Order: sequence, then C-alpha cells, then structure tokens
Amino acid sequence: MTVTDDRRAVTARTDEAWAALDAVVDPELDEPITDLKFVRSLDVVGADVVVHLRLPTSFCAPNFAYLMASDAKDVLVALPWTRRVTVELDDHHDSDLINRGLAADAGYRGTFGHEAEEDLSALRLTFQRKAHTAAMERVLTRLVRAGSSVADLGRVTIGDLPDDDATRALLRRRAAIGLRNADALPVFVNHTGSSHATVDLPLQLRLARSTRISIEGNAHFCRGLLATRYDLEEHVS
Amino acid sequence: MYSKDGQDYFIVDAHIALWDARPENQRNIHGKQFIDCFYDYHRNLSPESEVWPYEEYLYQGGERLMHDLFEVGHVDHAIFQPAALGEFYVNGFGQTEEASALAKAHPDKLTYNHCWDPRFGEQGLKQLREDAKRFDLKGCKLYTAEWHGDSRGWKLDDPWSYRYLEAAQELGIKNIHIHKGPTIRPLDRDAFDVADVDKVATDFTELNFVVEHCGLPRLEDFCWIATQEPNVHAGLAVAIPFIHTRPKYFAQIIGELLYWIGEDRIQFSSDYALWTPRWLVERFVDFQIPEELAEYAPLTTAQKQKILGLNAAAMYDIPVPPHLQLPREEPQAVAVA
Repeated sequence: MTVTDDRRAVTARTDEAWAALDAVVDPELDEPITDLKFVRSLDVVGADVVVHLRLPTSFCAPNFAYLMASDAKDVLVALPWTRRVTVELDDHHDSDLINRGLAADAGYRGTFGHEAEEDLSALRLTFQRKAHTAAMERVLTRLVRAGSSVADLGRVTIGDLPDDDATRALLRRRAAIGLRNADALPVFVNHTGSSHATVDLPLQLRLARSTRISIEGNAHFCRGLLATRYDLEEHVS
Repeated sequence: MYSKDGQDYFIVDAHIALWDARPENQRNIHGKQFIDCFYDYHRNLSPESEVWPYEEYLYQGGERLMHDLFEVGHVDHAIFQPAALGEFYVNGFGQTEEASALAKAHPDKLTYNHCWDPRFGEQGLKQLREDAKRFDLKGCKLYTAEWHGDSRGWKLDDPWSYRYLEAAQELGIKNIHIHKGPTIRPLDRDAFDVADVDKVATDFTELNFVVEHCGLPRLEDFCWIATQEPNVHAGLAVAIPFIHTRPKYFAQIIGELLYWIGEDRIQFSSDYALWTPRWLVERFVDFQIPEELAEYAPLTTAQKQKILGLNAAAMYDIPVPPHLQLPREEPQAVAVA
C-alpha cells in the first residue's frame, strides 16, 4: 500500500469509528455523545482505536459516565476491523476507577465493586422510558398548539402523525422500550403501550411535559458547562 | 428591600454559603474538582459583568458577603445552608465558625442553618443536639452526595437518617433543606432520584422539606412529589440564573413549578457565592413568561413578592415590615348574618 492509500484507510476507519459513536447516547439527555461533544478525541492507528471522553463536570454521576464509556467501547469493538480499542474518560472524579475497569473489561460490577449491586439495565430502562415520554409530549403538544383539544389526543394514532423528525424520534424511542409502531396504534400511551382514560389526559400531558422540560433543561446545563469547562463555542438552541 | 415601578419587594435569600476552597484548605484533588465545578456554573450562567476572578471565588469572606448581599444585593435576610465536605476540605467547605459568628453579630439579617450526616451514628446525634442549642437551629442543610469513608452518599429514608429527623422534629429544627447531589450507592439506580423525599415528607409532617434546585435534574419527579406532599417546597437555587442565559427555559421551569406546587411553596435563593443576588433579584422582578408559551399564565407581582421573600420569611418567622406584607387571605365566614 502507498502512503496515500494508508491515509485513505485511516480516514475511512476514523469516519467509521465516529459514525459508530453516533449510536452511543447519554441516557439522561437522550442525545448522542458525539452531538454533545463528549468525545474529546478519536485516533486510529492501524487497527487500534483510542478514544478520550469528557463530561461537563468532574462530578457527573459515575453510573451514567460508565454507561457511556462502556457503550463507546462496545460499538468500537463491534466494528469488524478493530483490534485493540481503548476508551478513557478524562477529568472525572472516578476516571481512574472507570478507566481501569474498561481496560480490563471488568464489567460494571468488576469496576465498581461494593458500590454496584446487579447491573445498570434498570437505570437504562428508566431513562429510555423518560425519553419516550418526552418525545411523545413534543408530538402531542404540537397538535394542541395547532388547535387539537387535549381530550381528543387519546384518539391520535401513529398513522395520523406527519412524516418528520419529531415523529421519527418518537418511533425510535417507542422501539427502544419495546413498543410496536403499527399505524393503528395510539400515540398517547404509557410505557407499556396502554392508553389513558380520557379524563386523565390533561394530567398525563402535564406530567409528560414536566419530563420533557426536565430533560431539555439538563441538556442546557450540560452543554453550557462543557463549553465553559473546555472553552468551546456554545450554541444556544 | 427592592423597589421597582412603585412595587416593593422584601427579599429573603434562602440559600447562601461562606466557603473556603483555597488550595491550603483542599484535602485532595476532589477539593479542587469541586470548586472548579462551582466556578464553571458561575462562569457559564452569570452575566459577564458579574463574573468573579477565580482567586476571589475560592473564598469570599464575611465582609464581602455582607456587602454583596445587604449593601448592593437588595437582600433583607439570608440563610446559611452549609455543605461540610469533610472528605474534600481540611477545615470543611462551609465555614461553620465564621458563618455562625456573622449570623450572631447580625441576627436581623442572617440565619445560620447547620448540617448533619446520619453516617456519624450516635456520636453525630449527640452533636446535633449540641449544635441545635449552640446555633439555635431552625433549619438544616442536608447534602446527600457527601462522601464519608468508603460510602459516597446516603438516602433520606435510611434508618439512621430517620433517627436524625426524629431528633430534628423534637428539637424544633423544622426546615430541612435538601440538596440532591449525585448519590452514588447503589450505582444501579438513578443517583438523583427524589423518591426518598416523598417518604420522609409523608412520615414527618411537622417538618418542611425544601428541595434545592427544585429537584433538578429531576424536575418532573420533584413536581409530582410536591403535588402530593403539602410540606415539600422548591428552592430556586441553580435554576434561577437561567433567567439570563436561557430565559425561555427559565419560564418553563417557573411555569411548571407554579402549576404543580403553587406560588406559596417556592423560595428565591442566589446560592451565593455561586451567584450574586443583585442581578437575580432585578431580573426576576422584570421577568415575564414569553407570549409564545401560551400554556403558562403570566407571572403576577404578588407571585414575585412571595417567591422573592415572603414565602421563606413565613417559614422562618422572619419579621416583615407591614407595608411589605401581602394582605393575607382570611378564610371567609359562611352565611354572615
């Protein structure tokens, strides 16, 4: 291979690695770690990948930090060409602990010892459900703003929704918590897919709204703090 | 007091600190990480004109505190809510001696709340009884993410925590301010979960539970709990500086709080010295919900007066000059002859 071919191969692999990381989501914020700028650097040397992650504060919750870092390692290891994958979390109060655990593939319990009980699947599910609630609220509130009455929202089905980003976001979040996406299915449902009684719709919409606002607020905090901490340009959405 | 457009506002800053994070007081790297995190909050959310140099931010001292709050900050009364952080700082983060002496010298302006940690067991309970007497405590600040030995956090519904809350109730320490930090153990669950507030609020109905940061980052769980429990209140620390950087987002937070828990259970706080109160008070008085957020009603002057001071004054029995009080709604007698 020539030097140019080599470079091309590295560039292609680097792009693939970044694209793989797009699938890793901050569970609390429901956004990819690449969009959040949590990936500080990504280097490909041959078939080895070294990734450094960073978070908005030293005191971000270590369970979420570990989830993102171990998910990042998993998606890179899953690429067919990778040989050695190193993921390190920088500047966190648990950096040493988490990085040792990742390097040794020690798993969650092996990394955190007595502080871990079973696994992080329940934590992940809690936030997947919140993400579904928020995505659902966005779609429903848009209908209300366009003139729908809250009392009628129970009749809205997936087939009624426009084919756009907000709908696609909702469908992805439904799939993530195991809900089917057939056209005839109702949109305004709880995490098991059950509809609410009409009398409960106003309260359920308010509850969903507070979930959406909470998630969005955390995203504001995290983006702002990360930008300040690492002197990045901040984009206010 | 703050006056604008012919309206007067009695200001209670319900969450302030006098901290020492200077290098000589840092026990380890976490002491530096902690104050750096605070400083990033400060830099990110303050207007540029209000940003302090890092060196000044490490320790503000009593004189500056009095100036920032009472000379230029419009504050009538402020309440210390100290965090101990003994694992991070040699002499603790909140300065007990200095802050309590300041409160003693200015009882009309300052109230000193102390803190406890139930992991100190019997010895801590004894200490709590002594502290209650020494500081004449009306309230306490609890930081559930405090590290202690190999434990990195606790829950309000832990058995030992119940012992302390029972003692607080008996000692007349009525106002429990809770800072839900990222509690680590067990890591399997959400570190910011506020479900333990629900339990203790149900079991200690004589106590007030003020959840700082209005439950952020779990506003939704907090609002739901506060709706069920009449003794749960929201502290605006950390949420209110959004008024500058993201006013539309702040409008949604305050709109949610007013919807779920109402205007009588929300307290202003600057979280000094995270932020200074002057600009927060001025901006809040000027603030209005943007018209595009039609799902929220506009803020009224009376709501602002309650949030900025009257609510916390009522909780702490802080005297409010008659002309700054709001006429209280007396229950109407039925069928007056």
